[in-house]
Amino acid sequence: MTELLATQIALPDLITFLVAGCAVILGALGVVLMRNPVHSALSMIMTLFAVAILFIEQDAQFLAAVQVIVYAGAIVVLFLFVIMLLGVDKKEPFGKDPLRGQRPLAFLAVLIIFVEILALSRGNWATGAKSTVLSTSSPINNVEQLARTIFTTYLLPFEATSVLLIIAVVGAVVLVRRSEDKATSTEGNVEVEAESEIK
Amino acid sequence: MGSDPLFSHGVTLAVILIVILKVVVAFAVLLVSVLLMIWFERKVLSDMQNRIGPNRAGPFGILQTLADGMKLFFKEDLVPESADRAVFKLAPYLSVIPAFLVFAIVPVGGIVHIFGHTTELQVADPPMGILFLLVMSSISVYGVTLAGWGSGSKYPLLGSVRATAQMISYEAAMGLSIAAVVLISGSLSTRGIVISQAGTFLGFIPKWNLVRLGVVPFFIFLAAVTAEMNRPPFDLVEAESELVGGFHTEYSSLRFALFFLAEFMNTVTMSAVIVTLFFGGASGPDIVGPSWIWPIVWFLVKTGVFLYFYVWVRAALPRLRYDQLMTLGWKVLIPVSLAWFLVIAGMQVSSYLGFAIFVVVLVLAGFLSRATQIGNLSDRYRLGRNRSVGAKGVE
Repeated sequence: MTELLATQIALPDLITFLVAGCAVILGALGVVLMRNPVHSALSMIMTLFAVAILFIEQDAQFLAAVQVIVYAGAIVVLFLFVIMLLGVDKKEPFGKDPLRGQRPLAFLAVLIIFVEILALSRGNWATGAKSTVLSTSSPINNVEQLARTIFTTYLLPFEATSVLLIIAVVGAVVLVRRSEDKATSTEGNVEVEAESEIK
Repeated sequence: MGSDPLFSHGVTLAVILIVILKVVVAFAVLLVSVLLMIWFERKVLSDMQNRIGPNRAGPFGILQTLADGMKLFFKEDLVPESADRAVFKLAPYLSVIPAFLVFAIVPVGGIVHIFGHTTELQVADPPMGILFLLVMSSISVYGVTLAGWGSGSKYPLLGSVRATAQMISYEAAMGLSIAAVVLISGSLSTRGIVISQAGTFLGFIPKWNLVRLGVVPFFIFLAAVTAEMNRPPFDLVEAESELVGGFHTEYSSLRFALFFLAEFMNTVTMSAVIVTLFFGGASGPDIVGPSWIWPIVWFLVKTGVFLYFYVWVRAALPRLRYDQLMTLGWKVLIPVSLAWFLVIAGMQVSSYLGFAIFVVVLVLAGFLSRATQIGNLSDRYRLGRNRSVGAKGVE
């Protein structure tokens, strides 16, 4: 461990890595341990943001930006939006589990995943040292490298993903419109207005 | 940090000191510009409304903002009993810090030589460049959202739910118009975007992105950014007639001052970003004297025009209704910016002007025919529905 620290990592990188790493873990714990769903969502933002900092520390600037824009900026905002709109901002009762034996099973699953990570890493520790897969000294920058990879080597998976997303969007629109028609024919206009407001 | 020549010879103490100097200067300039902007806005508004406006503190009332700020500073700081204390206290900072940080990527001048080092006149020039604007605007959504929720009160909550929906909706249009700029500039870095706008068409029309992209992305960006900042006519978030004070109803003293500061800082920063993206940034002819000063002057002049524009819009336009806001965002701005993006992509691919025009005509024709088709369909749909509902009147 000490020789790892001595050889590969500059001190600023190490400090950034330690601070951001602690923030990731604290945020993750907060998501699980906070009683209030809004506080949990906030902890999640902290984790996502700290992961973005780790990306920047690895010179993956584009990935960091996308991480914050998409996850912190869109997805968690939607979480919060739903929490606010539905008013589930009260403390959750912790007395009873919906499934019997849920907690021991959860602990078991966590243990298995932990052992799996340890087995897979096999001495490759996360230390904040710069990745050597893409050389950082190459003339073309990170964004360009990423673009080249996505639009040449991995073009098919990329296109497949975009088609999948479009199917999801179209599906959502179809579902919403169908229920609107049903509401019009049976209930009148009140429900339609309520639905279009939620949209 | 990116392509700043300051870092090309390694990081020494002098380099660190220059970076700190740049940060402090940018911070001070932004604060002073906010002081002036608030005064300017009140003066121009009162001129437009046949009033005198602030005229007591200092010459022309220019110190009025300072006086107001000190008053807010010494007022009692209230936290409502039903508020979520931690979130309530966190929210103003989530508004004000992104507003500060966005200014860091704006190039306010050319390249200067200082203390034997060469550096760009902007705090940071990261490779992700303009994406940083989107990052920060997606963080600043939380300021408004959490302020409304954390207040533990009805009107702020309604205001913040509106704000969240509005800011997410317009972020899409904003991103798409930025994508058009990035497409034609071939660079994400703000400095690269400014450099790509150098030169002229026919010797006198500047090669600004405003001209190169057609004016459409500029107007989309302008509307989206105004909505993103919650400035009039998109200030439904704090619609006084409906929501008391909107998301900051329960805030007082310094925390209220922070929200106020963030709003005006955003106005200044976004004007600067508009200038950077569409109006050639800090470029312009040198007239007389040292050559490093003219880019700064041009930058200030261009930004000032937009600051005036925002005040003017505030005085001239009524606030949008919520459904109008959503219709404009989702059914006008996003489809138009997508279609225009396609046009620009076609023009980028075709190297001959004739083919470019052909692509434009083709895409526009397809777009128009599809639009009329949809229009006809929805007309038929509405007629059919009216018949089934009966004599309930118009939709």
